[in-house]
Amino acid sequence: MRPRLASVLVNGGLVVVSAIVMFPLLWMLSVSFMQQGEASAFPPPLLPAHATLANYRELFERAGMGRYLANSLAIATALTLLSLAFNLSAGYAFAKLKFAGRERVFQTLLGALLIPAQVAMIPLFLLMKWLHLVNTYGGVIVPGLAGVFGIFLVRQYAQSIPDELLEAARIDGAGEWRIFTRIVLPLLKPIVVTLAIFTFLASWNDFMWPLIVLSDQHWQTAPVAIAALSREHVQDNELMMAGSVVTIVPVLVLFLVLQRYYIQGLLLGSVKA
Amino acid sequence: MNDARAGWMFATPALVVIGVFYLLPVLAAFALSVTDFDLYALANLDNLRFIGLRNYTDALATSLFWKSLLNTAYFVGVGVPLSITASLGAALLLNSPLARCKGLFRTALFAPVVTTVVAVALIWRYLFHTRYGLINWALGHFGIAPIDWLGDPHFSMPAIIIFAVWKNFGYNMIILLAGLQSIPPELYEAARIDGASAWRQFRHITLPSLQPVLLLVGIITMSGYFQLFAEPYVMTRGDPLQSTYSVLYYMYEEGFMWWSLGRASAIAFLLFALIFMVTRVLLRLARRGAAA
Repeated sequence: MRPRLASVLVNGGLVVVSAIVMFPLLWMLSVSFMQQGEASAFPPPLLPAHATLANYRELFERAGMGRYLANSLAIATALTLLSLAFNLSAGYAFAKLKFAGRERVFQTLLGALLIPAQVAMIPLFLLMKWLHLVNTYGGVIVPGLAGVFGIFLVRQYAQSIPDELLEAARIDGAGEWRIFTRIVLPLLKPIVVTLAIFTFLASWNDFMWPLIVLSDQHWQTAPVAIAALSREHVQDNELMMAGSVVTIVPVLVLFLVLQRYYIQGLLLGSVKA
Repeated sequence: MNDARAGWMFATPALVVIGVFYLLPVLAAFALSVTDFDLYALANLDNLRFIGLRNYTDALATSLFWKSLLNTAYFVGVGVPLSITASLGAALLLNSPLARCKGLFRTALFAPVVTTVVAVALIWRYLFHTRYGLINWALGHFGIAPIDWLGDPHFSMPAIIIFAVWKNFGYNMIILLAGLQSIPPELYEAARIDGASAWRQFRHITLPSLQPVLLLVGIITMSGYFQLFAEPYVMTRGDPLQSTYSVLYYMYEEGFMWWSLGRASAIAFLLFALIFMVTRVLLRLARRGAAA
């Protein structure tokens, strides 16, 4: 009888906690289909009386959400692809190629992780202004082209590549670039997926830096745009929920599909201590 | 020899990016923080003057800075322990051999982590609504009168903490779950044979084994929570009565509303120094705890 009770407690606890955690997201979806003003009632309705797409229509036709989502997509995609190239080659170098000062440089990089990114933001803004990158995609993409975390992740994974494999290729006369593209990259495939999803999600969800460097509405990303929109439309809850849905759904779907890789990266990244 | 050249060739592009767009700006931030860089200097660099540590002393003499610091400390001091407790609780449930459908529950509990802060903050802003919010409606069933969560300075920070716990606990849950799974099951078996209760097993096996992981998670979460910005930006704009005004919010307004970039840099450095010091203290306490 007692193990039975324990099982009910554990599984019941999981059901209740999961329900509470998922509720805001499900409710957001529900409210986004409500008529304007419908959610401003007491008690708040759980489901729309007459589901409508009016909020989404207004979001795309009048608030220009399509443009902001396209900005987010362009920035996150470009940043993911480009930063993969930088971080993969550097991570491989730090793991497998011996060069003078390698360990010292790597330790310096790890030390830099301690500095909050916001410390760099003000001079970075001036630098971007000087480079004429303020209010361009480049303003968000260029500073993120390489990152310590990405290099660290690749290095951790690449260390498992056997040296003999690389040596054998060198003896066969393969150049370093050829070794990297033909032998190393295929072996790094799982970490490539992991790093790609990490970078894409981080870029899509980023708020403070895009807020600073993309002040022109035309170039704003979805999070910056809905933050601005929410300050104008404080009362339009149904519209704002639709805005939240279209911002969240892309990353949520991506996560659900590639979950295994994401979790793996999270664990690999946290064993550095 | 060949190896060395290849090494630098592969590493250099990334190092240049990090050097130019990260390390250089950090150094420049320190240089900026000892100047009066403002809107005039932005227009013409001739207006720039060296003012020593005045930005720092000015910030430390401003009551709004101290207010933002206290608010941030409140958020960190209450939010971090709550977050980690929630993470640990969820991880323990998921790790129980009795739990079913673990993958499904894990995904559900982790989902908030991958969502966009700004977007989910909007949901919670509405859940916390005084009149139409579901939270007050739920509390009403327990006879609790409606709370003006985001409009009452006593409740605004707790509201943001509740939101932050919901948003973030899944991350540490995964790390702690991995930690729990790496505890050898023989330890528990031995304890069970000795007749130790579940609580004693938790207290004397689980917690000590998790200690290094908990320290790591604590430091990561603490330094992340010190960087509180988007939540008050969307939910309260730092109000009511500046009760949710954070250090980064202060830096943002000084820097990008008033263009006092020198002053804003000094604030960023003060925050960095604070995070650094708290990390050191935590590490030292942990070392002393491990030695004792």
